[in-house]
Amino acid sequence: MCLGIPGQVVEIVDADAHLAKVDVNGVQRTISVRLLAQQGLVEGDWVLVHVGFAMAKIDQHEADLTLDAIKMMGQSYYDELAAFDSTAIA
Amino acid sequence: MKFVDEFRDPAAARALVLAIKDLAADDEYKFMEVCGGHTHTIYRHGIEHLLPQNIELVHGPGCPVCVIPMGRVDDAMWLAERPDVIFTSFGDMMRVPGSRGSLLEAKARGADIRFVYSPLDALRIAVENPTKHVVFFAVGFETTAPSTAVTLVRAKELGATNFSVFCNHVTIVPPLKAILDSPDLRLSGFLGPGHVSTVVGNRPYRFVPEVYGKPIVVAGFEPLDILQSVHMLLAQLREGRCEVENQYSRVVPEEGNPQAIALLGEVFELRPHFEWRGLGFISQSALKLNDEYSQFDAEVRFDMPGIRVADPKACQCGEVLKGVIKPWECKVFGTACTPETPIGTCMVSPEGACAAYYNFGRLHRETALLVGQSSQ
Repeated sequence: MCLGIPGQVVEIVDADAHLAKVDVNGVQRTISVRLLAQQGLVEGDWVLVHVGFAMAKIDQHEADLTLDAIKMMGQSYYDELAAFDSTAIA
Repeated sequence: MKFVDEFRDPAAARALVLAIKDLAADDEYKFMEVCGGHTHTIYRHGIEHLLPQNIELVHGPGCPVCVIPMGRVDDAMWLAERPDVIFTSFGDMMRVPGSRGSLLEAKARGADIRFVYSPLDALRIAVENPTKHVVFFAVGFETTAPSTAVTLVRAKELGATNFSVFCNHVTIVPPLKAILDSPDLRLSGFLGPGHVSTVVGNRPYRFVPEVYGKPIVVAGFEPLDILQSVHMLLAQLREGRCEVENQYSRVVPEEGNPQAIALLGEVFELRPHFEWRGLGFISQSALKLNDEYSQFDAEVRFDMPGIRVADPKACQCGEVLKGVIKPWECKVFGTACTPETPIGTCMVSPEGACAAYYNFGRLHRETALLVGQSSQ
């Protein structure tokens, strides 16, 4: 129900009717992009698809930042552990 | 990037889990994931067993199928069994039991009931069947309501006279308040509903830290999203901060989707009150079609019975929805109530805590118990 899946816009089918074809894991379907009418979607953009509608444009830059932050969280733990390991009270 | 696999990387998950264990130390934490989509991810990927035992995830009310009371299903059935009606519904609602069985059973008895993937599919059926009246069974939170709104705007543009909506759209903030006001639960913080937030943004949750003093992190739906959000909640608590944070920034803009919000305002108005399964009547917690769109309102168009029925006694969906009990603590879980023959709504939808746990979680739990790794 609330599940949304990422899909890539492969074709603007009808700009006036706000219809675009998206590819989700190789399956293509025409969906409504009316909720993103002001965002100027173009082919190649990624959107979150929910019940036949594009709900949000997926931001590649923000996705990279999130993944970087995740790596940092893991890394800082390992760094802390390494620092803990390498020090000793003389 | 496909925005899925990258957020399922096992090595990154392992490192995050270690970081979480470190941050949580020996304190006890109880976080509620508001959204049924999160519940699904948590059970499907066994996340509750990755987390240390002192961090408990509690399932919240954010499963739109689960919160529909039985009376509304009976009303839907009343509409669906009219000979002049083609009744359309998302697949999730088809198996939800009313007091006279489910829509699926009514379909088997001969009623013209059809699954649709999108409300626009229902409108297309109306256009193709001018001699019938097509009703769409609209359920869902703010995530789904804009798609119904667009469909209604489109129906008006097309001048459709044989299409209406049985509106059961609900809003997320009132049940959150109800849970925060409930003395049953002591929560440390919330994983906020990611997809609702694509529409409403992050601002509506400010009352959670400001009024109730609890942190909330709007979270995505992949395993790394959940783990990172738990880490962010712990970091807030550790650092003495209490605020709304957005982990799901690749999809959720701070201000949400203003165009979708404007469309909601164009088509809907708040109901004075609405009954929620397990939570009772909550004021201003649901949407109805406004006067401009009343010709498309099935409740105006048909003289509907407005049935009210008490939930089945054996069913503890209400307590599951409030996070008071875990699915397996319900008396009928997995015995009388299964996904094949559900008694309560939580066993129906893939986002329902009971169905998610039945399909995925119990195997993890049984294994964990077997090897003595979990006390849950």
